[in-house]
Amino acid sequence: MKSFAELNFPGRLIAVEGLDGSGKSTQIYLLKRWLEAEGIKVYFSEWNSSELVKSATSKGKKRELLTPTTFSLIHATDFADRYERHLVPLLRAGYIVLCDRYVFTAFARDVTRGCPPDWVRGNYSFACAPDLTMFFKADLEVSLNRILEGRPKLKFFEAGMDLRLSTDPYESFKIFQGRILEQYMEMSKEFNFVVMDANENVEKQQVLVRKLVSERIDLKKFKRRSPLPLPPSLREGREETEKEEDKAA
Amino acid sequence: MNVKKSHRFYGHGIPRVKPEDLGGRLIVVEGADGSGRSTQIAELVNWLETNGRPTVQVGLKRSTLVSEELEKAQEGNVLSRTTLSLFYATDFADQLGNIIVPALKAGFIVLADRYIYTLMARDMVRGMDEKWLKNLYGIAPVPDAVFYLSVEPEELVQRNLSKKATLDYWESGMDLGLSRDVFDSFLKYQGAMGEAFRLLQKTYKFEIIDANRPVNSVNKELRKKISAVLDSE
Repeated sequence: MKSFAELNFPGRLIAVEGLDGSGKSTQIYLLKRWLEAEGIKVYFSEWNSSELVKSATSKGKKRELLTPTTFSLIHATDFADRYERHLVPLLRAGYIVLCDRYVFTAFARDVTRGCPPDWVRGNYSFACAPDLTMFFKADLEVSLNRILEGRPKLKFFEAGMDLRLSTDPYESFKIFQGRILEQYMEMSKEFNFVVMDANENVEKQQVLVRKLVSERIDLKKFKRRSPLPLPPSLREGREETEKEEDKAA
Repeated sequence: MNVKKSHRFYGHGIPRVKPEDLGGRLIVVEGADGSGRSTQIAELVNWLETNGRPTVQVGLKRSTLVSEELEKAQEGNVLSRTTLSLFYATDFADQLGNIIVPALKAGFIVLADRYIYTLMARDMVRGMDEKWLKNLYGIAPVPDAVFYLSVEPEELVQRNLSKKATLDYWESGMDLGLSRDVFDSFLKYQGAMGEAFRLLQKTYKFEIIDANRPVNSVNKELRKKISAVLDSE
């Protein structure tokens, strides 16, 4: 699996992985805000968000229709749609693409659901490796608490209820997440995950994230040549801020 | 008929399904639009049920899970090839898990109006990697018989036009940009599909049935061959 840099794409792809409740989404969001503020061409893509495929996925989940095989394939379809229509063109145009979950999510979840690892990996073999993958590793208890405190009603597939691990959704969720974590740890070396300590506080983690990204990627190469044109309603606001900035300078 | 006859998968199969639990018979009819597939299958169902054999039918784009979404996406022609390929694979896998497997477990005769071969051939014509496709469709059970209804592209044109007075966008491979002229494109595309099927035939060993002939004589041949499959262990 080659990375986008190795394949001479002008853009770079950064992925975050981790369990639900590991805080990875917060971290990648803050990273995005920083890159935007730096005037860098950046695009954010989330797992399971293709407009085309989403209605089928949510129908399947709601009606509890999915088997491990269709669960895997429908997510692969969703990923392929985002990959071919957004990620690849953006990477060719020199963007920094941020992915909240990448193929490793599928590798971990689908294998936990009983799909053969070779089969899952083969299906995703059209995708290149990220240029940087950060794995947010929190203690299982910490992730579980973050999820179970805030959002007490667990969804069927989210809790891994289809695996019949336990009739209690909370118990099932715990066992399921534990198994996914094992899968992640097994992949960690093979796919060069940078393991981040997700037990640490959010600000400290973000400092590390930004440091890592600027060490790994020569960010000034990804700056926009000119600021994005804004609609007229916002343009005045920007001019004012610029004036204020001038004054401050 | 010995319902205990077990099946095998082309590859890894699907989780939680043991091939030895699959009895029944899986019979596939392949062929282009206009090759007479649906007519032949309707006749076969009629014949089998009259003889007291329980049947179930599956086909492409018939899953409860994604058929609507797939149809919608195709109308706009916005899917790129890997996406389209995986969308169809999802559709197949849904029918596999929810219809084919339970029916085979119960000893039914499953008649498939097209199977993974059409999906593979379509993708191969669009430049997808054959190895990738073989891995993907390693989930499919090996059928007891596969019949490919072979019709010359020129004859397919005539049949399609006499039925619908138009040629279907996808069945003409218009997404491939082979020709702006739909008539030309249809002939080229169906020619390429025929090639892809001949290539797949080497691996998957289906029987090629000359379907340039009248419906009845084709059906007679199919019945004879299917009878042999049903009587076999």
